[in-house]
Amino acid sequence: MALKNYVLVCGGTGCESSKADEIFQNIKKEIEAHKLQDDVQVIKTGCFGFCEQGPIVKILPEESFYVQVVPEDAKEIVAEHIVKGREVKRLLYVGKDDKRKTDFNKHDIDFYQKQYRIVLRNCGVINPENIDEYIAREGYAALDKVLTSMKPEEVIEEIKKSGLRGRGGAGFPTWMKWDFTKKAEGDVKYIVCNADEGDPGAYMDRSTLEGDPHSVLEAMTIAGFTVGANQGFIYIRAEYPLAIHRLEIAIAQAKEYGLLGKNILGTGFDFDIELRLGAGAFVCGEETALLASIEGKRGMPKPRPPFPAVKGLWEKPTVINNVETYANIAVIILKGGDWFASIGTEKSKGTKVFALTGKVVNSGLIEVPMGITLREIVFDIGGGIKGGKKFKAAQSGGPSGGVITADYLDTPIDYENLAKLGSIMGSGGLIVMDEDDCMVDVAKFYLDFTVDESCGKCAPCRVGGKQLYGLLDKITKGKGEMKDIDNMREISLAMQKASLCQLGGTAPNPVISTLKYFEDEYLEHINEGKCRAGKCKDLMKFEIITDKCVGCTVCARKCPVNAITGEKQKPHVIDQKTCIKCGVCFEACKFKAISRG
Amino acid sequence: MFEKEGTAVKLPDTLLKFIEEWKDKPGNLIMILHQIQEEYGYIPREVAIELSRLIDTPLAKIYGVVTFYHFFKQKKPGKYMISVCMGTACYLKGGEDIILEFERLLGLPVNGITEDGLFSLQAVRCIGCCGLAPVITVNKEVFGKLTKDMLPGIIAKFKGN
Ligand SMILES: Cc1cc2nc3c(=O)[nH]c(=O)nc-3n(C[C@H](O)[C@H](O)[C@H](O)COP(=O)(O)O)c2cc1C
Ligand code: SF4
Ligand code: SF4
Ligand code: SF4
Ligand code: FES
Ligand code: FES
Repeated sequence: MALKNYVLVCGGTGCESSKADEIFQNIKKEIEAHKLQDDVQVIKTGCFGFCEQGPIVKILPEESFYVQVVPEDAKEIVAEHIVKGREVKRLLYVGKDDKRKTDFNKHDIDFYQKQYRIVLRNCGVINPENIDEYIAREGYAALDKVLTSMKPEEVIEEIKKSGLRGRGGAGFPTWMKWDFTKKAEGDVKYIVCNADEGDPGAYMDRSTLEGDPHSVLEAMTIAGFTVGANQGFIYIRAEYPLAIHRLEIAIAQAKEYGLLGKNILGTGFDFDIELRLGAGAFVCGEETALLASIEGKRGMPKPRPPFPAVKGLWEKPTVINNVETYANIAVIILKGGDWFASIGTEKSKGTKVFALTGKVVNSGLIEVPMGITLREIVFDIGGGIKGGKKFKAAQSGGPSGGVITADYLDTPIDYENLAKLGSIMGSGGLIVMDEDDCMVDVAKFYLDFTVDESCGKCAPCRVGGKQLYGLLDKITKGKGEMKDIDNMREISLAMQKASLCQLGGTAPNPVISTLKYFEDEYLEHINEGKCRAGKCKDLMKFEIITDKCVGCTVCARKCPVNAITGEKQKPHVIDQKTCIKCGVCFEACKFKAISRG
Repeated sequence: MFEKEGTAVKLPDTLLKFIEEWKDKPGNLIMILHQIQEEYGYIPREVAIELSRLIDTPLAKIYGVVTFYHFFKQKKPGKYMISVCMGTACYLKGGEDIILEFERLLGLPVNGITEDGLFSLQAVRCIGCCGLAPVITVNKEVFGKLTKDMLPGIIAKFKGN
């Protein structure tokens, strides 16, 4: 008997933090109270991507897309929608045109309109804790096809045709890694998945693992068969407990179904996967450091060559790929490399998942075809800039990347174009900045991060990073000199050239890139002691404009350090020595009587 | 818990069993340290000494690893660990102001602990809820879309427990 309704409740980390589990439990209780448990299935899925609007509940077959649901809404959802067949209008997502919006697969909702889902095909669709739901959507069909009808060379050929490149940052062709490892000598080989997701402000891999863990397990097993490995490791951040939990469940279920372990699908092929937890060191995202960490050591990078494909984990040939790279594999096997290669640009095929965050209206997780423009991402998908402010730049590639400015909003996004602009594709962090963000401060933020995360093994990174940070700090404090700019360029060059690993090698990128596009802002800080974004506190001064102040006392009551005094209905004053420049008064004054300069 | 250096410790059975399971696996040290921190909330020195004996690994090597990874703590944290996200998305949306406000409300510097041992404060990287920036966690509970005026309520909620 077909079920009457499916209720999908988002169980991604974002929604879980806003009581999604309580919503899920309440809906189940209500369904049972109405004795409908045989007609209605309630499923907790992975992230829908539209985290900004969470918690999200979607009901099939009507495709009703409920947003910002609270646990108390469960009663009404069940009584109205399920029992009486009437949508709960007040919870429906409403688009810019004020119309009720429904299914994201049909691209009805503006946020989903230009998205294309390959990697996230199952996120927000299946219950990630139930292997049957993955299988029902062609899960493990690719593994079956590979093990029963393909030779390793054919798998590599298909991936070569697809043009898939690594999604962890560098964009190295995946087929080549597999081919090198396959051809490398050795009877023991390893498959490693990089789930260390170090870019601060990005959560693509986390959501993929939480929403569809089997897609990665299946791909790793295919990789194992292809290169001749029988053991895989997933190196995952300890800070991702939900993803770890779902992976553990997925591994256990796959073993139970004979899709992992000994004699997979009766073909005689053995493959096992174990988890290894990271411990909060960004450098461990770098592949040689990651392997050292799996070996239980301090995660220090090693010079390459030898590459992991030849000498990797415990000196054995090792394939190491990113989560998103793996999540593409099964689809490529099933639909063919040619199909995959038909999506994207000449040299960048397929899609890319981005964590779209910062000052956009719709922040969330998106998957778009390569070649889409930044304008489409920020304005069509992202819904533009919050609060009607002006777009200033978007940062891709995190601490190893750079900014893309308004002049380049129409450049198609792919590996080559981003590199030309002085940024990188990176793993998928895409942070949108507006006029309130100071570019010098942003560069300093990233340098602070890389200095903190440098492993200290080589001097260009250890010493150069600190020097760069020091100069940026000086400039944001209004103490910069013109010669600092040249100095920064020189240090950056030295770091790029002489660092042992790409952490140090790419650390100056945010500085070089912001200097390239926003040199005027640097000069303003240095020459005029001014921060136009109003972010650099040492350059700021809040003053009350006597003529405009009506003495409403709001600012004085809100100031956290009691720096404002004045009688009711008389102009107030700020004691500059006490003021900590928090800006609370500036925002609180309804009469625009406080100046920031 | 461990007042004096050098006092012998008895590890809980679950932990001993875990160590036994992992003892002969290559690369076991980090996984065992995770388990220890899960148990105690940090890596007590006495436990590290005991571990050194159990898995026959020099203490210097254990501390080499503990000090390299930010995740491992050597000091006992407060009952409630407030972790303020300072990932890029949260930073741009005022994560720093949230930290400063917690410092002010609790009278603590970052990485400090309140005298009653109830709260400690730390800055962390992306928690993976950037859509809800700025974000904090208190132990494992996540709070998003924060404004400064919500913080006293959050502190009060845990104080009450
Ligand atoms: C400092 C540094 C950090 C990195 N962090 C990550 C990361 O968090 N996740 C990731 O997949 N790759 C990361 N990489 C890239 C890896 O070294 C490696 O290229 C990647 O795992 C290869 O997988 P792919 O070919 O599928 O992209 C990092 C590299 C460097 C230099
Ligand atoms: S570049 Fe930095 S992180 Fe890389 S090895 Fe050198 S010091 Fe360590
Ligand atoms: S900026 Fe902050 S500290 Fe200074 S006067 Fe205004 S409210 Fe008070
Ligand atoms: S809030 Fe504005 S108008 Fe009111 S006292 Fe302060 S400065 Fe004057
Ligand atoms: S976590 Fe629910 S939509 Fe992303
Ligand atoms: S940057 Fe704070 S949750 Fe991602």
